[in-house]
Amino acid sequence: MTETLVPFDEAITRYDPVMGLEIHIELNTATKMFCGCPTEFGAEPNTQTCPVCLALPGALPVVNAKAVESAIRIGLALNCEIAQWCRFARKNYFYPDMPKNFQTSQYDEPIAFDGFVDVEVDGETYRIEIERAHMEEDTGKALHVGGSTGRIHGADYSLVDYNRAGIPLIEIVTRTIEVPADKAPAVARAYVSHVRDLIGGLGVSDVRMDQGSLRADVNLSLKPKGSDTLGTRSETKNVNSFRSVERAVRYEVSRHAGILDAGDKVLQETRHFQEDSGTTSSGREKSDADDYRYFPEPDLAPVSPSREWVEELRATLPEPPAVRRARLQADWGFSDLDMRDTIGAGALDLIVATVEAGTTPQAAKKWWLGEMARRANETGTDLDALGITPEQVAEIQALIDAGRINDKLARSVFDGVIAGEGTAKEVVVGRKLEVVSDDGALGAAVDRAIEADPDAAEKIRAGNLGVAGALIGAVMKEMRGQADAGRVRELILEKLR
Amino acid sequence: MSTRDLTTATADELSQTLAKGDASSVEVTQAHIDRIAAVDGTIHAFLHVDAEGALATAADIDARRSKGEKLHALAGVPIAVKDIVATIGLPTTCGSKILDGWIPPYDATITRHIKAAGLPILGKTNMDEFAMGSSTEHSAYGPTYNPWDITRSPGGSGGGSAAAVAAFEAPLAIGTDTGGSIRQPGALTGTVGVKPTYGGVSRYGLVALASSLDQAGPVTRSVLDAALLHELIGGHDPCDSTSIDGPVPAVVAAARKADVKGLKVGIITELGGDGFQPGVRARFDEAVALLTGAGAEVVEVSLPSLEHALAAYYLVMPSEASSNLARFDAMRYGVRVPPTGNDDPSAEQVMASSRDAGFGDEVKRRIILGTYALSSGYYDAYYGSAQKVRTLIASDFAAAFAKVDVLVSPTSPTTAFELGAKLDDPLSMYLQDVATIPANLVGIPGLSLPIGLADEDRLPVGLQFLAPQKADDRLYNAGAALERLLEEKWGGSLLAQAPELEVAR
Amino acid sequence: MSEPLGISRADVAHLAGLARIDLSDAELDHLATELPSILEYVAAVQQAAGDDVEAMSHPVPVNNVFREDVVRPSLTQDEALAMAPASDQGRFGVPKILGEE
Ligand SMILES: [Mg+2]
Ligand SMILES: [Zn+2]
Repeated sequence: MTETLVPFDEAITRYDPVMGLEIHIELNTATKMFCGCPTEFGAEPNTQTCPVCLALPGALPVVNAKAVESAIRIGLALNCEIAQWCRFARKNYFYPDMPKNFQTSQYDEPIAFDGFVDVEVDGETYRIEIERAHMEEDTGKALHVGGSTGRIHGADYSLVDYNRAGIPLIEIVTRTIEVPADKAPAVARAYVSHVRDLIGGLGVSDVRMDQGSLRADVNLSLKPKGSDTLGTRSETKNVNSFRSVERAVRYEVSRHAGILDAGDKVLQETRHFQEDSGTTSSGREKSDADDYRYFPEPDLAPVSPSREWVEELRATLPEPPAVRRARLQADWGFSDLDMRDTIGAGALDLIVATVEAGTTPQAAKKWWLGEMARRANETGTDLDALGITPEQVAEIQALIDAGRINDKLARSVFDGVIAGEGTAKEVVVGRKLEVVSDDGALGAAVDRAIEADPDAAEKIRAGNLGVAGALIGAVMKEMRGQADAGRVRELILEKLR
Repeated sequence: MSTRDLTTATADELSQTLAKGDASSVEVTQAHIDRIAAVDGTIHAFLHVDAEGALATAADIDARRSKGEKLHALAGVPIAVKDIVATIGLPTTCGSKILDGWIPPYDATITRHIKAAGLPILGKTNMDEFAMGSSTEHSAYGPTYNPWDITRSPGGSGGGSAAAVAAFEAPLAIGTDTGGSIRQPGALTGTVGVKPTYGGVSRYGLVALASSLDQAGPVTRSVLDAALLHELIGGHDPCDSTSIDGPVPAVVAAARKADVKGLKVGIITELGGDGFQPGVRARFDEAVALLTGAGAEVVEVSLPSLEHALAAYYLVMPSEASSNLARFDAMRYGVRVPPTGNDDPSAEQVMASSRDAGFGDEVKRRIILGTYALSSGYYDAYYGSAQKVRTLIASDFAAAFAKVDVLVSPTSPTTAFELGAKLDDPLSMYLQDVATIPANLVGIPGLSLPIGLADEDRLPVGLQFLAPQKADDRLYNAGAALERLLEEKWGGSLLAQAPELEVAR
Repeated sequence: MSEPLGISRADVAHLAGLARIDLSDAELDHLATELPSILEYVAAVQQAAGDDVEAMSHPVPVNNVFREDVVRPSLTQDEALAMAPASDQGRFGVPKILGEE
């Protein structure tokens, strides 16, 4: 069915969004959740599998101690209670990329529960309540092959790689989030970005949305202003960037409003976010048929972390984000606004790294919130997915400080680095971007410029220096911008005294 | 030793024969392969025989022995393995069509123990499909026939292992017991079968029926042989999270002790009354009298919660099975059967048609029952309540074992029944396990041994000893003592009274 | 919550769907007539235990059974795919998966 969308700003005049966010974190343990297979990203298909993660008959799981430790540290970082005693449970449903046809997860006994995080949007702090964080396992990856090339009965078919099957996941579930309607998209984005920073700081995951080590699902429903009857919710999956989290919320608000205005019912279904169009498309409809028949996993022993262990792990937690931000703002001498923009753009850790690589905080901010933010917007990616590292930014800034390139040329250097033409220095050489300051070449260009524009030259001789700009421009044009403008001005004045 | 002696000897006797050099492992193994060739056409205890592999192991053991290498006591003694145990290079079908031709790329932990000790593996034995049954008639590859009367069932699910041992096709066999699949076939074939304490033997590599009930154990012709095999396959396994992290109870020493003087024995009131065949009750009473005569203090104890054991079992087992068997979807392994009349089926449709074609009726029956018991709205009433009943039964046993050292009951309410007799009546088939199921529900060990023939049908009767968790040694002490008393009375083993089998030429 | 001792043919069909078994009409009919008696028998457990009784999920209690986060050898790609009904490009070949975009 074609959907009539109500513009977001109009929709929120009649409805309030009620959100719930589910984040799946892929842990960076050396081995899988229940077997000793490695977890490296991008290995040859089905080379990181064993009887356990292929669910061969007779194989049994054994819990990865490091994964439990990471789960507890994540729980503590989210201000959660850590269970005294909890069990794994089987979530039974059939899916070809899930070898056992049940997911070993946790049900009513999560390892961490009742937590919260405070996120900041436009200077306002919003408390997001965490219902639970539990341990589970990832699925394999299926890729669909068209009929033409199909080899199974010549029909469409799928090819499955189980290298990812069984990689430890932590699922973090919020309680329902109700914030001022106009803030909902930004709060959702800020929450995901906050959790990313928090867990990135623990070092237990790569937390790369673009690589799927952090995945966010946006559950959203609308309730008419003033009423408190909850609407039917949609669950939007594969939201692969912070920006997309925001867009997904906006789109679903518009879509739900359209359906409700038309007097129709919102389907309870899984939706898929489309990066390119910024829309969501219908996935699987949820129904009573979704009966997961959870029961305690008899093949695994219950987990009861000793309080001593929990306190040991609490002691390993890094500085809380709020404290850290205050410290960085002071160190950097950023204004509140600078800091807000930095956090909003998800640039905090990038600037930290750039400064560590030797750039001044101001210069680092200039690039990440300026040039890089612009590129991220154009390509619809997050800053850390642009293909340029803080170290590279620092190297380019160093070239500018050394006078070898100017800000304008630097943009071309960024292009080169992102295009994989090598290090910044290599790009400068490769693209011949070095600024020219040797007087021989410049002198000749200046002479030509004076010849070409005798009356400008006359005016300067007469003391009207304002006209010098015209000649400088001509020289810069001839040098295709690669000239030291200051030196050009000096040469012109010398020659016309 | 004559070839006949080599196949009728116990594993303990063979171990000594091999040690003395009176026979080689190749001779012993060949004798059993010949016996299989001669009688298994009649018995059908084996789904797959690996003569070549068994003889290769035997030759290797003989060579190592001749070099004076220190070998395991059972090295060179051949063994049969239930087809539920993963064995590299040997088909492992669980008696199911859906696993037809599946060859595991890994060994079960008990397979590794058996190979490390150098026991030649004769082959894989027949069983009810996925161990669901009490007659071995639910095998997709046809039933196994009881050596005492080939018109009757050897029991199940481990009818293949029990019949192989009873028909002298193997001195030792591996069984698994989820509700009685080692002990009940033992009773019906006049052999010895033990279900160790839950977690006493690794489950890694045993195709799971019900994870919280399954346990592998020995199937033999003597209590001492069972102890020797138990000691070999038992012990902690880091690959099985429910494996007991402690030493194997001193079962061999206990079997050699065989002394019940002063032993407190409790007769379970609830197991032995109505529904138990007269000949079964008669032999049971005589056996108990022998124990009393040997100085055991026999009392009667009541475990009222046992009333609900069978009902709880037929909820817990199918529930766990419905989940354990979900992996058989014909996507990564197993027989893929596309739906008829659909030339472009989806994965989901092929899963469903393969599972319909690959699973037998009893398996489907239990999967549907288990799916129901776990489904939303019914979980608490069925699965949840059943798990509570286990707690009640456990406290009944705890109270009983506060009074007595071991408990006894008939292993099975009847002797071997006619093939087909119970096929159309699941409930009466399920009742076969009424006495064995409680041990599985609460994780305690149980041993069944033959105590004579029922007057009405001259078929074997079994008695079951039960002991507290991790006190498996008590079973072997009591079992070996009763075995000695009975064999003195019979002037030999009960199996010596078994009819000679037709021998194929 | 109702405690149905009966189970309709439609119930069996629904359960077969959950269990991914494509039961024939004959099988549905048969189970629909057979399951009620079995359910009636097992339903007895509902009266057996009160709310105060703990449910037993593990017969021999053990807690915190973990393995160290140390890599152990995996199967080779060939070993992994050896028993697959179909494979291609180092992957398991399965019929088209619905609900995939
Ligand atoms: Mg989940
Ligand atoms: Zn693995």
